[in-house]
Amino acid sequence: MTTVVEVHGLRYRYPDGTQALDGVEFCLHADESVALLGANGSGKTTFVLHLNGLLEGEGTIEICGKRLTRQNAAEARAKVGLVFQDSDEQLFLPTVLEDVAFGPSNQGLSHSEAIARAHATLEQVGMGSALQKAPYHLSSGEKRRVAIAGVLAMDPEILVLDEPTTFLDPPGQRDLVKLLRALPQAKILVTHDVSLARQLCTRAVFFERGKVAGEGPVDEIARRFNWTPA
Amino acid sequence: MHHVVVERWNRLDSPLHAVDARAKFIALIFFLVAVATTPPPAQLAFAVYMLLLAVAAVVSRLPLIGLLERACLVLPFGATFAALTWWSGNPISALALIEKSFLSGFAALLLVGTTPLPKLVGALDWLGAPRTLLLVIQFLYRYLFVISEQGQHMRLAARSRQGPRRRNAGFHAAGGALGVLFARSSERADGIYRAMLARGFQGRFPLGAPHAFTIRDGVFLASAAVLCVATRVVL
Repeated sequence: MTTVVEVHGLRYRYPDGTQALDGVEFCLHADESVALLGANGSGKTTFVLHLNGLLEGEGTIEICGKRLTRQNAAEARAKVGLVFQDSDEQLFLPTVLEDVAFGPSNQGLSHSEAIARAHATLEQVGMGSALQKAPYHLSSGEKRRVAIAGVLAMDPEILVLDEPTTFLDPPGQRDLVKLLRALPQAKILVTHDVSLARQLCTRAVFFERGKVAGEGPVDEIARRFNWTPA
Repeated sequence: MHHVVVERWNRLDSPLHAVDARAKFIALIFFLVAVATTPPPAQLAFAVYMLLLAVAAVVSRLPLIGLLERACLVLPFGATFAALTWWSGNPISALALIEKSFLSGFAALLLVGTTPLPKLVGALDWLGAPRTLLLVIQFLYRYLFVISEQGQHMRLAARSRQGPRRRNAGFHAAGGALGVLFARSSERADGIYRAMLARGFQGRFPLGAPHAFTIRDGVFLASAAVLCVATRVVL
């Protein structure tokens, strides 16, 4: 099985002195979906920000067999699509279509090619009727779909979703699960939601104080770390 | 959100919206130079400038009251200098100062009210404006929205907890809120920038489809230039 993400000994300290990551070991195979579980502040989000070079720590990260460096971070960003927890941070252009075309434009596509790619991706996520809408007029579920489209339009090999069900109502969560199941990319899900992890992932990695405290099947990890809803 | 008014205006459809951003921008420069160099006693010229803007506003189909309200926002600045000029015994110059600031504000508002920012920035890019300046304009525009949005959320939160009014309480609360507003906006802006980087942002915003400069755009620009110069020279 091809390994698409391989991380060894990753350490990161924030400027205020907080040791956010302390020797993380991690790997992700193609076609695999992995859930990152753990308490707030355990280092999950900090970890995924490293995967496309937004943060730089000590240790090694390989994306699709190539070691990630500051020089090739742009290349890594095309391979690792990161969907942020708060869609409002991601959607900033005046219309849905322009926003989704932002990534492909940055990849060097011409305006018409970027718009065509955005159009196709919005159809794929079921937002083809909202092309000219302003992102701030959308519901939370729709914003999340557009944010995912913005990343898919860059044709990534790995999809990283940070708390994808935040702000979504149960129907919105169901729609999201259906959409994510249909996407062929390898996925990393940062979540507190064990039921979501169960539905989408075959493996879970548990973070504790900046380290991987355990990994295995989702149910086993949830039981071992007492990570079940009240 | 209140801040989207201009953004909504510039997405409307009208003959003025359809004019190329470059033509509108150069026409604005002609207008501003004509207004700025008109001598204060030429009051008829100021009336004609206002008439030109009124025609443009009608053609643009933007709400006149909304335009007037927003254009008046520049008046406190012009009025300060006008008051000083008045006290120094030059009432006609004072009046001209107010007229010039209002006309300039109104004209600039018409431009941004009929031209989406990417097209406006595209026009500046075509005219050779420095790339750093364009980047700053786009970030500033985006972050103004961020601050405005945060401010509105905080105002709602404060109002929901508002008790009986105390003297000066508003000032104390506003002082504290202002600090928090900038701290939060800064965090939010960091998040937005990070999300942009994650989608491959390398210091250049997409400027939209290149627009062909048509005969109609040329006619608009030539007419605007002739009218501005004629008003300035003849009246």
